[in-house]
Amino acid sequence: MKWSALFNSSVGRKWTMGLTGIFLILFLIVHVGLNACIWAMDGGVMFNKAAHFMGANVVPRLLELGLFAGFLLHIIQGWSLELTNRAARKKGYAVSMGNKGSKWYSRSMGILGTLLFLFLVMHLAHFWVPSRITGLKPVLIDGKEFHNLYGEMLSVFQGNLIVVVLYTIGCISLAWHLMHGFQSAFRTLGVSNPRYLRIIESAGVVFSIVISMVFALMPISMYAGWIK
Amino acid sequence: MQHYIMNLTLKVWRQRNASDAGHFETYPVEGISSEMSFLEMIDVLNEKLLKEGKEPIAFDHDCREGICGMCSMYINGRPHGPWHNNTTCQLHMRAYQDGDTIVIEPWRANSFPVIKDLMVDRGAFDRIIQAGGFISVNTGSAVDANAIPVEKEKADYAFAAAACIGCGACVAACKNSSAMLFVAAKVSHLALLPQGHPEKKKRALSMVAQMDKEGFGACTNTGACEAVCPKGISIENIARLNREYMMAGLAENE
Ligand code: HEM
Ligand code: SF4
Ligand code: FES
Repeated sequence: MKWSALFNSSVGRKWTMGLTGIFLILFLIVHVGLNACIWAMDGGVMFNKAAHFMGANVVPRLLELGLFAGFLLHIIQGWSLELTNRAARKKGYAVSMGNKGSKWYSRSMGILGTLLFLFLVMHLAHFWVPSRITGLKPVLIDGKEFHNLYGEMLSVFQGNLIVVVLYTIGCISLAWHLMHGFQSAFRTLGVSNPRYLRIIESAGVVFSIVISMVFALMPISMYAGWIK
Repeated sequence: MQHYIMNLTLKVWRQRNASDAGHFETYPVEGISSEMSFLEMIDVLNEKLLKEGKEPIAFDHDCREGICGMCSMYINGRPHGPWHNNTTCQLHMRAYQDGDTIVIEPWRANSFPVIKDLMVDRGAFDRIIQAGGFISVNTGSAVDANAIPVEKEKADYAFAAAACIGCGACVAACKNSSAMLFVAAKVSHLALLPQGHPEKKKRALSMVAQMDKEGFGACTNTGACEAVCPKGISIENIARLNREYMMAGLAENE
């Protein structure tokens, strides 16, 4: 069978979603780990060094390309699936099934994903564009020049309640997207053993809540002045 | 359980034929026994309509004992009505109280076009089965039933999947009108048994290809199908189909 036919089938398109979804989850783990350096209480030295490593070295730059590709595939395929799936029932029901049998967030992956997409555009504009394109002010650490990404974070979040609220909404959308998506990806990739599925489901709930809370606490900590 | 008599209001989808726009019609029904089945209640209404010289409500049914998969009503926002692991024909009027209003709609999916009233064309399922939901055997005298050993656990899983009666409630319940639970049940049932092994790759590929061709949506793993399936088919079968399909597609080099 040709790969084009395989990955254009309904099941193949879901494999793309599952594979990119898990790849994005792995990225989130790296991202949350690096960003947690802001809590080192060292005025951003450790964080700026970590961010520098992610920008200067060729390996992370290649990974960044992969990340863009992963996001694009996930977003385009996600929207395309959403359209195909909606079109499969032209005439709907007078009485909707609602939550009888499925969770609202499992039926709202398209909307939650779109919220994440909007968040992503804002997020890239806040940090990726200045650090990679328009340039950031340098800061001296041990006599060497580093991009002051930490300073950029402070200037984005300190005193900007609206930005902090928007970031929190982004994190809440992420939590619900993953609350369904985490375990769904494993089902899509063929995990059918009930015992492992129960473990994956529990891990998914914990992961979704914890990772979204830690991310949300970053802008909140800066806004509240817990870190300076 | 105490026997009782009830009066109900039915709101039923009426549609003359596939090209008619269709509309809801409201009918009062009186003197319904709590021991009647749901379809017997419709029979009572149809008798009355016939006496009044009106067109009776067309609906699918055959065995009326929960095994053929013909009955197909979407009742108050749920395929096959409120009971768990149950078909419309096995729904009984004791599920309702005097004065209740019941809205009855046909299965809704582009791939299940309405033929008339509550009757839909589920030929798409037949074509999916024709695409690969079988095993090829030479004719001749019957093989001894125990000639091929089958692992007990696999036999149980295969049997659970084989319980699918092809009613289409899974499609009716799914926000994507996906037929994955049905196809997964059929693929799993045969893939788990040694008799189904020789054709398992071709089967998964052809059945999914036909499913897509019929215009059913993809699976988002919401679980609505499993919740309404009268035979309790588990969505674990869908994960198995996802695996069978991809492995077959990557290995096959035609
Ligand atoms: C960090 C960001 C994101 C992560 C970690 C993520 C993760 C996931 C995961 C794990 C799944 C489950 C895949 C499956 O069921 O096989 C999923 C599904 C989905 N994602 Fe995302 N996602 C992210 C961003 C987005 C964005 C920006 C969109 C924008 C459109 C999006 C749209 C979707 C859709 C529509 C689905 C459901 C597909 C379906 O089952 O029909 N996601 N996501
Ligand atoms: S899987 Fe269940 S709901 Fe779907 S056709 Fe088979 S018996 Fe009906
Ligand atoms: S009429 Fe046969 S299953 Fe309901």
